[in-house]
Amino acid sequence: MGLLSNPLGIHERSLAVRSQRLEVLAQNIANADTPQYKARDVDFRAVLARQQDPDNRMTSTQSTHFDEGAGLAPDGLRYRKPFNTSFDGNTVEMSVEQAQYGRAAADYQATLNFLESRVNNIRRALRGE
Amino acid sequence: MAIDNIFGIAGTALNAQLTRMNATASNLANANTVASTDKEAFRGKRPIFKALVDEQMLNASSNYLGGVKVDRITNDASPVRKVSDPDNPLADKDGFIYQSNVNEVTEMVEMMAASRSYQNNVEVINTARQLMLRTLEITKS
Repeated sequence: MGLLSNPLGIHERSLAVRSQRLEVLAQNIANADTPQYKARDVDFRAVLARQQDPDNRMTSTQSTHFDEGAGLAPDGLRYRKPFNTSFDGNTVEMSVEQAQYGRAAADYQATLNFLESRVNNIRRALRGE
Repeated sequence: MAIDNIFGIAGTALNAQLTRMNATASNLANANTVASTDKEAFRGKRPIFKALVDEQMLNASSNYLGGVKVDRITNDASPVRKVSDPDNPLADKDGFIYQSNVNEVTEMVEMMAASRSYQNNVEVINTARQLMLRTLEITKS
């Protein structure tokens, strides 16, 4: 894992998973008033582990193959356990979702910071400073 | 890209909440509407939301999986008020008029709930927008 062979490291995949998580949370918030809707969340550890496991990834044997990309398998999603039951069967709890969304946004920014410093490192290495 | 999708998902929610607020406004406007028969009396309208969970549910107006749409609009099931008012030109032969079944307090609460949900989704869009701009700036500095 040299600096230039894998310049962005784990953060490239991590950013994709984090933005998927933001999307899932946005879905929950959008469906806060939908009867029978069940809130979901991304199991970050499971998804990232799958992303990193080389046995689990499709390998490209020809130059024309597309990269698998950092997609989210359905098994990475978990249903949220609500604190309170609600009359219409909806399990979205707005306070929980807001808190999680804020945290997910902060996590995303953290990953962005790591990526930024990686990019800076590479730039410095190329310049030979 | 996933962040793009967030705009769409929150957009469908804004749309749905706006429909809900429209229904509330219509209900409040018609709170004092009277009719000559029980059947014609105004009944409060309630939109029922539905999550967009699979491809078949998408159409041109909502392209975003995981968003929400207004499935249908139902009538409030509570009974309409039957009031004796023989002088009213709309009164039936026994002198009764039929008022709407809209409860103003319920409608105000509904309006506040819709407005809060709308605000939540606007915040989602704001946060996603900030993150997207920061992502674009990653190669600067």
